[in-house]
Amino acid sequence: MSMKKRWFALFTVPLFFVFIVVVIIPFLSGVYYSFVSWDGLPKNPMKFVGFANYAKAFADTRFLNSLERTTVFTLITMVTVNVLALGFALVVTSKLRLRNVGRVMIFMPYLIGGLLLGYIWQFILGDCMATLGEMTGRTDLFFYWLSNKQFAFIGLIVVATWQMAGYMMVIYIAGLQSISDDVMEAANVDGASYWQALFRIRLPLLMPSITICLFLTLSNCFKIYDVNLALTGGGPANATEMVSMNIFNEIFAKSNYGYGQAKAIVFFIIVGVITMFQVRLTSRREVEV
Amino acid sequence: MNKNGAKGARNAAANAALLVFCLMYLSPIYIIVVNSFKSRAEMYTNVLALPQTLTWEYYAGAVQRMDFINVFKNSLIVTLCSVAVIVVLCSMTAWMLVRTRTRLSRFLYSFLIVTMLIPFQTVMMPLMQEMNSLTKALGIPMKNSLGGLVFMYAGFGAGMGVFLFHGFVKSSVPVSLEEAAIIDGCNIWQVFWRIVFPILKPTTVTVIILDVIWIWNDYLLPSLTLTSNANKTIPVMTSLFFGTYTIEWNMAMAALTMTIIPVIIFYFSAQKHIIKGIMAGAVKG
Repeated sequence: MSMKKRWFALFTVPLFFVFIVVVIIPFLSGVYYSFVSWDGLPKNPMKFVGFANYAKAFADTRFLNSLERTTVFTLITMVTVNVLALGFALVVTSKLRLRNVGRVMIFMPYLIGGLLLGYIWQFILGDCMATLGEMTGRTDLFFYWLSNKQFAFIGLIVVATWQMAGYMMVIYIAGLQSISDDVMEAANVDGASYWQALFRIRLPLLMPSITICLFLTLSNCFKIYDVNLALTGGGPANATEMVSMNIFNEIFAKSNYGYGQAKAIVFFIIVGVITMFQVRLTSRREVEV
Repeated sequence: MNKNGAKGARNAAANAALLVFCLMYLSPIYIIVVNSFKSRAEMYTNVLALPQTLTWEYYAGAVQRMDFINVFKNSLIVTLCSVAVIVVLCSMTAWMLVRTRTRLSRFLYSFLIVTMLIPFQTVMMPLMQEMNSLTKALGIPMKNSLGGLVFMYAGFGAGMGVFLFHGFVKSSVPVSLEEAAIIDGCNIWQVFWRIVFPILKPTTVTVIILDVIWIWNDYLLPSLTLTSNANKTIPVMTSLFFGTYTIEWNMAMAALTMTIIPVIIFYFSAQKHIIKGIMAGAVKG
């Protein structure tokens, strides 16, 4: 081996070794597991069942419902997160004196992490809401949200929005700051109103940031697990169980290792297709700009 | 004059509105913190008010039941070690991949990027099986050990880390500097650590921040690997705590407050770097 190759190996082999052990081997063996029937106990044999697990998954109403629910959740949350984040970004890049305070405070929830946020909101949307209802007498709005199917679902949207809006805001700020002052000045000189300048100039120039944010919210929402677990645990009566949780429960709670893994592969394919589509879209835009 | 006065008033009103909105936005955190000091009765009579007296007993209870000191230490060890390993391995690999213009290095890079698509849920079960068999075959505890967890984080952080360093090396590290160092007698190892690595600092900061936030808060992976309580990290212990004591909200809120405080200290001490780091990461990601 030449000197150059030896250096190449020294610099790259450690990382690829870890990466292959941790990601690639489990992925490939995961494909294999998806074709067997197995309860996870090493002493019990795996039975090869071909595509039976996949066929079962596409007939499993609980799984299909969780997929549909996750899709609805993702679409709504993409809108709420991005509208809110863009609004925040516009406010905190204005000339207001408290803009930096606003930026710091709105970003904060993102740092706390989904599991803790879920537990925090479990109190807010549960006992706290119920207590407020007793205090104010408005029990139609202030009640134990998490025991109502619709409101528990709305609760998930609220918490996910609260978590992600600050993060997306930061990305929009970066985008807004990259728009040159000359452009905005020219718009001013031409007599464009604030809203005209916003919709005709700033938003079109912000398209790259919007694409990044839409994509990030899409994949984050679709894979949501921590908030789901901590806030509702999938309840009441599985009405808020998202795909990730469905897969987790199938494997580790019901001990259907092979079947659960087949769902996990289906999940991978959906995520992969969405991402490919997104990357296509982004790169085409970049060429235009 | 008049016009300026009106404008000033409007500005003040806008600032006040922003402040009020932000305070409302963070009110869930406020509610958790104030109620962690209240007695049960006080909590349910007025959930929004400030506490009448500061009761520290729930904190004492939460520290003890969560084994907080030990759990905090575990989280700190896992986060620091994983981030250090990720930064070292990713920067070395990314630099080498950029500087070696072969088909192999291009392939390895695309391979890393494409496989970033794989969601954790797709590999979690097989990964646990593999770690079980590795433990059996090699006698090294991969599961239920902080070292094994660091190893796994290094694998999951590889794609993003290499991606960020790769972009930066390509755009902002001049080859001429490296060539000069080689003429001066440095070998490749020295060139990287003495010349290149210091230049990578902005990206190193971005990678550190993104990975600290991710690993510190990550729940699913440590919950699958860390089985004994002595090894648990903060999120895993919090979920165990909530599974056991959900009805005792006062103590739960004391526990939540304690787990949030380190994050907030980290945030305020490195706030500028954090927001800048996220921006840099996002522009490339």
